[in-house]
Amino acid sequence: MDDNAQNLIVDSARPTPQLSRKMMEPRALRNTLLTGITWAFAIIASIPLFSVIYMLLARGGSRLFSSGFVEVLTALPPAGLQQGGGFGNAIVGTLVMVLIASAISVPFGLMAAVYLSVLDPQSRLARATRLLTKTMTGFPSILAGVFVYAILVTSFGYSALAGGVALSVLMLPTVVLAAEEAMRQVPQKMKDAAYGMGCTRTQVVTKVVLPTGLPGILTGIMLAIAGAAGESAPLLFTALFSNYHLEHLSGEPAASLSILIYNFSGMPFANQLELAWAASLVLVLIVLAFNIVARLIGTPKI
Amino acid sequence: MSALQEKSQVFVAEPFQPESDTVIDCAVNKIYYGDFLAVRDSVVPIEKKKITGFIGPSGCGKSTVLRSLNRMNDLIDIFRFEGSVMYHGQDIYAKKVDPVVVRRYIGMVFQQPNPFSMSIYDNVAFGLRLNKYKGNMDERVETALKHAALWKEVKDKLKNSGLSLSGGQQQRLCIARAVATEPDVLLMDEPCSALDPIATRMVEELMLQLKENYTLALVTHNMQQATRVADTTAFFSVDISQGGRTGYLVEMGPTQQVFEAPRESLTKDYISGQFS
Ligand SMILES: Nc1ncnc2c1ncn2[C@@H]1O[C@H](COP(=O)(O)OP(=O)(O)OP(=O)(O)O)[C@@H](O)[C@H]1O
Ligand SMILES: [Mg+2]
Repeated sequence: MDDNAQNLIVDSARPTPQLSRKMMEPRALRNTLLTGITWAFAIIASIPLFSVIYMLLARGGSRLFSSGFVEVLTALPPAGLQQGGGFGNAIVGTLVMVLIASAISVPFGLMAAVYLSVLDPQSRLARATRLLTKTMTGFPSILAGVFVYAILVTSFGYSALAGGVALSVLMLPTVVLAAEEAMRQVPQKMKDAAYGMGCTRTQVVTKVVLPTGLPGILTGIMLAIAGAAGESAPLLFTALFSNYHLEHLSGEPAASLSILIYNFSGMPFANQLELAWAASLVLVLIVLAFNIVARLIGTPKI
Repeated sequence: MSALQEKSQVFVAEPFQPESDTVIDCAVNKIYYGDFLAVRDSVVPIEKKKITGFIGPSGCGKSTVLRSLNRMNDLIDIFRFEGSVMYHGQDIYAKKVDPVVVRRYIGMVFQQPNPFSMSIYDNVAFGLRLNKYKGNMDERVETALKHAALWKEVKDKLKNSGLSLSGGQQQRLCIARAVATEPDVLLMDEPCSALDPIATRMVEELMLQLKENYTLALVTHNMQQATRVADTTAFFSVDISQGGRTGYLVEMGPTQQVFEAPRESLTKDYISGQFS
């Protein structure tokens, strides 16, 4: 007690606190300097992004936002020195393949995520799956193409289906990890409440964990779709390209925006080059749209 | 106490024989978490339409015993129960009993308010939908919210999320959710520990009202609360004489007797320590 009393400062001996801002203090200067540097780097980091968007708008916009935009969005790609044309089949192809990929990866991914987050998070299988899934997020996309080439294309040929399967391989890890994370965020006490009400484990998952984690799950799915829509390497080996409209999901190659951009950008014809720019812009807009939807869904509403 | 211990080696509380009917006859022999013996030798009868309070120092196994009454502890892998919990003549730990069904009759309110992230209405209707209730849902939700003394505060915003309420309101929402399905017994594990004094009083009054229709078991750290609401009080303590930290029932009886004329010196010491 006595020791403590000695350490206390008598109130009258305390100086009045100086609370005003001192700009020239070393501490304040360092603070200003560091803030300035982070600002500068943030701006530098976004220069490439904005220049890409500027270039896409400048060179692809002229064709896309002209009176002929309906033709650009619906017509078939022009051949050689032909004028006009568009990439309607590529837009359809990309959307169809992304749809197929989602139809495969979302159910599988969700089931896996339920297992990882609720049913048996600590089991050896769960830990192995988690490690593999994380590894798969860095999986070179071209290998997904080669993989599907080996198992599907060699016996059934190029097709939209094969393209979709290749994209699903790339989407799966993103869906699994995002859904697992979203469901893991559901507090244990909420699950306890559900068990306490007399829910079976399945009911806890379907009535509480999935609905509560839904915004996060949907965000993950949208981001996975956005990533898959822009892929080109896996499609080279699986869907190839087609100058015609998509009629069958299997048995015929399918067009996609990314491969069209790749093909046309190497051509010596002004018309095709212009279309490649317009297609790039459309692709970026599609990816952007999915990202915006992901943002909107992911914002929690109370 | 020491004399008693010498006689019987381990102390076992005198069995409490309630005068009124019991709904649950809990006879714990041993409760283990893995190798750890958490609770031993505790006979705790829960009387019908009364409030049974569980008191005792932290870690003495109050929650463990309470959660054993509706098999909530089954969710913990390493939990092992030896003994019996007779409920309407059936041992809920019998092999053929489905714990999920037990929990529909014996509901639970937790220490932390834990509403689901859905609307206030859906929170209350959750159990009714789970049990495929066919009658007038709106009416039942309203009755439950009125029972929980929450109706006036939320009647104009039933569509808002349950999470948008204050802590005290959330706890009352959880109580409404638990009583909506009209369970036989309601287990409450420190339901007021996250609440301010006013909300605590509200929940206490609510408990007194609920006991007209329901049987309640309440864990509390608040001695005043136990004296205010509990009809019967069970005092648990921790036995370190055996080397471990095993909880056990020291004394159980009518609240007034336990607080004013405790039989065991351990009870007396704890209660006087808590009140001083
Ligand atoms: N899930 C668990 N796994 C292992 N041991 C546990 C678990 N839950 C409780 N225990 C142990 O069982 C003993 C009794 O715990 P319990 O939670 O029942 O005590 P309590 O009386 O409710 O305490 P408090 O008043 O602090 O809530 C403690 O020693 C605790 O460490
Ligand atoms: Mg406890």
